[in-house]
Amino acid sequence: MKIFKLLKTLSETPGPSGFERRIADQISQIWEPFVDKITTDRVGSVFAVKSGSGTEPRPQLLLAAHMDEIGLMVTEVVNRDAYGFLRVTNVGGVDIRHLYSQPVVVHGRRDIHGVLASLPARMLPSERRNGPFGFEDLVVDPGLPMEILQELVDIGDFISFRQPLRKLMGKNVTGKALDNRASVAAVIICLEELQDRNHEWDIVAAATAQEETRLLGAYTGAFLQEPDAAVAIDVTFAKGAGLSEQGHPELNSGPGLDIGPNVHPGMYKALKSAAEAIEMDVSVGTHTRGSGTDAFGIQVARSGVPTGLVSIPLRYMHTMVETVNTKDVERTGRLLAEFITRLDSAFLTDIVKEMMEEED
Amino acid sequence: MNTLLKQLVETHGPSGFEDQIRDLILSEIEPFADTISVDSMGNLIATKKGQGDGFKIMIAAHMDEIGLMVSHISKEGFLRFTNIGGVSPLILTGNRVQFANGTLGVVYCEGKMFPKEVQPLEKYYIDVGAASKDDCPVQVGDAASFKREFVAQGDRLTSKSMDDRIGCYVAIETLKRLKNTPHDVYFVFSVQEEVGTRGAQAAANGILPDIGIAVDVTATGDLPESRILAVDLGAGPAIKVKDKGMIAHRDLVRAMRSCAEKEEIPYQLEVFEFGSTDARSIQISGPGSAAGCISIPCRYVHSQSETVDAKDVENAVKLLLSLLSGKIDL
Amino acid sequence: MNELLKKLTEASGVSSAEKEVRILIRDLIAEHVDEWHVDAMGNLIALKSGTGAVDLRVMIDAHMDEVGLMVTNVDSSGLLRFDTVGGIDDRTLLGKVVQVGPQKITGVIGARPIHLLKANQRTSVVKCESMRIDIGAKNKTSAMGKVNIGDLANFITEYEELGPTAIGKAFDNRAGCAALIEILRGEPYPFDIIAAFTVQEEVGLRGAQVAAYGIKPDAAFVLESTPAYDLPTDQDISPNVVLGKGPAVYVMDRVTIQDPRLVSHIMRTAEKNEIPFQIRQPGGGSTNTAVIQAVHGGVPAATIAVPGRHAHTPNMMINLEDYTNFVKLTEATLHSVTPQLINRSI
Repeated sequence: MKIFKLLKTLSETPGPSGFERRIADQISQIWEPFVDKITTDRVGSVFAVKSGSGTEPRPQLLLAAHMDEIGLMVTEVVNRDAYGFLRVTNVGGVDIRHLYSQPVVVHGRRDIHGVLASLPARMLPSERRNGPFGFEDLVVDPGLPMEILQELVDIGDFISFRQPLRKLMGKNVTGKALDNRASVAAVIICLEELQDRNHEWDIVAAATAQEETRLLGAYTGAFLQEPDAAVAIDVTFAKGAGLSEQGHPELNSGPGLDIGPNVHPGMYKALKSAAEAIEMDVSVGTHTRGSGTDAFGIQVARSGVPTGLVSIPLRYMHTMVETVNTKDVERTGRLLAEFITRLDSAFLTDIVKEMMEEED
Repeated sequence: MNTLLKQLVETHGPSGFEDQIRDLILSEIEPFADTISVDSMGNLIATKKGQGDGFKIMIAAHMDEIGLMVSHISKEGFLRFTNIGGVSPLILTGNRVQFANGTLGVVYCEGKMFPKEVQPLEKYYIDVGAASKDDCPVQVGDAASFKREFVAQGDRLTSKSMDDRIGCYVAIETLKRLKNTPHDVYFVFSVQEEVGTRGAQAAANGILPDIGIAVDVTATGDLPESRILAVDLGAGPAIKVKDKGMIAHRDLVRAMRSCAEKEEIPYQLEVFEFGSTDARSIQISGPGSAAGCISIPCRYVHSQSETVDAKDVENAVKLLLSLLSGKIDL
Repeated sequence: MNELLKKLTEASGVSSAEKEVRILIRDLIAEHVDEWHVDAMGNLIALKSGTGAVDLRVMIDAHMDEVGLMVTNVDSSGLLRFDTVGGIDDRTLLGKVVQVGPQKITGVIGARPIHLLKANQRTSVVKCESMRIDIGAKNKTSAMGKVNIGDLANFITEYEELGPTAIGKAFDNRAGCAALIEILRGEPYPFDIIAAFTVQEEVGLRGAQVAAYGIKPDAAFVLESTPAYDLPTDQDISPNVVLGKGPAVYVMDRVTIQDPRLVSHIMRTAEKNEIPFQIRQPGGGSTNTAVIQAVHGGVPAATIAVPGRHAHTPNMMINLEDYTNFVKLTEATLHSVTPQLINRSI
């Protein structure tokens, strides 16, 4: 599968948290040839099952990549004389510092293009002149008369950002929603690779909903699917403009494996072994409380799920110029496939046994 | 409306101590429910069985109200306290509270009678008229609610605890009037919403509904210099699209709007950035549910003079009835 | 779709690096003018001879340049430090896409992710010095193969029409250039028109000054785009100009009192021809009239502008009917200029 084309489709399809239908349909379409069954649940997550070859009852691995992106929502339709404008609020952790002048799509009765705008700082009340433009001052300007806008847009309509995926030097690409469509792409590459390889376990690929707002799909999806183990795939901060400290990976340095309270040590070890087996470079990331990913929610479903976390290095998170290296995306997919093929009937007992074994 | 409502709002029931309000609601709904139970957290759950072929729907209206809990009694018999739920110091000075055993108190701030700046909660105390610590009719751990009477001026109804006794009223009325429904409806009069939607979480984990709908108050944006959201008092119940804790299910919002439009019930759409409801807990329980909320527009939320419009309340009942009486397309 | 506006707004031409726009405009006008040349600063100057009926030399100025960025350094990781060229608010820059240098290398403007800032830093405006243009280069050597210190970068925006309005970059002042091109393509005027597509307006009204000196006009009109501040507000203040009420006539800005005789002529022309117009708020801002008015003992000068929202950002907006009326008003004004209008006899 052509990686740029895949990422472009995934990046450019709208799907802000709570309004994932279009990206859900897109992902289902792409998954279809690679899986046995596709279902959805009450909160909008999509699940696809690919059966393994082991004897029944087979254990099940959940592969979770959230499909939602950050966006905005209409809070009011206002006018200045004949023209209509939209006041908005954020859906998910939008980086408010970069909103001014960003192009958007308003998903009203039909899709409407517009741009985020504000009066110049000197024309704002003095208490708001010095910071970034916030939602009190930003409006979406769709360039339409109020009477037309009113018919097309309601309070509560979703807004996604509008940016085509672009190529930079090397195999770097930049655009919106690579958090977390890059991971969705990695899962697709994994499923594609598994077409030609044997795996004992059942795989449930999950495109989870509303991760950006409250890890909703992680909690509810893991409860619903009751997996025996899970791997969450998300993005992590790569070195770039404004970020050069140790502890963050470079772009094109391969997938990141996370260690921390959300990750079962046995899962981390198994992912690491899989990387070694295919001589793939990986970086190690750490978290001390929450990982800020679906792993946090999956881990505590029902009686608990052994969970791992794989991350794709990404620059400028939560902006419209998120940047990843396509080789990292492909590597992540291949790593997941390798990990999956190595899962056997002893895996679960082994990782529990290890938790009781003395360190050498 | 007003007789029942007066009883509901004036009854004592801060989060965690909802016995009195639960008893009141129980006596009101008993003749109308198919089953009634109280769970281990104190949620009051009344069911109406459906004709089948519908969803399992949980309606949540919280019984609890914000209040104060005694944390210390001074030698002179003055009570220091901590907050139960969101209590701003701005609503304390000179106001009155009531305890479960009927004791009344006056809340005031230490030091200057009229300080220039707002003081934090720690500087406040309750005077129950005790002469000393030993003479005090309440003890550490006792919970107080505010004491303020219900008043009605035309359609404008003002009282403490419209949040969320007005939601309880809507749920009670809906339960009473609901005749035919395809759905199995669980009316949950929940506890401990004000301290983190805790009752609803437990109830939902037990019920595991397909659909969860909270009935609660929301603020209005029609006050001087204060357009915090595009909802006005008297313009109809609000169908919540998003608040701080949850994004409502798109199809449920659509279904509510269709019902309102079909029955010609006025309504507003709500995006509220500053609070949340029981719906957020119901949404994330178990395998998840389609969540939504019908809000009663309310001025001066979390003060002792919460104000709603009777027309909005009646229209909320109509809307909820309409929704529950027919099929819902998800 | 207005192809002229599309072509012009999508072309690159940051102040001091206007070549691409200059060549584009030359290609669009060459057949319609009697002669053209490029002066030492890069201004494109073209003569459209009149019918000879009136003895006047009238200069029409439209600046070709747009605001943008200049690469000031390439650091060891291959990221580009930059500075703004022309007045751009730092708030405009973060998270935008640019193209750098003659090779048009795509780059994005990034900074430290908000999640990794301390709480009190999150509410500060990110300064230009803290941002970098990221072209995806591995390191400095790799980057220097594609871009150089001194390269200019402009925003990338695709022109699109939204109904009554259009979005694009650089309506300031490609809209003015478009109008001037339409005038050059039209019927001859009673007198000679010398069109000056000038450079470096955004960095100090530089090009127009030398163009005017070389042209030695009797009168001059400047075609511009002026900011519309017609977004919703509670304050009762004038918004400079608004979209949809027609082209704007300057009376006074920070550096010029537009020639009152020309100003009233423009307004009378508008009224006579039933072309809607608005009076631009007096006070701030500047146009090339400031430098034209003082050459060779003085030149009467005035500005006509098309209102543009979100000036000096990647996504400006104009009303397409305003643009049409802008062209109409300029044409009608020119057709009725007479020497008597600007005569200063005692």
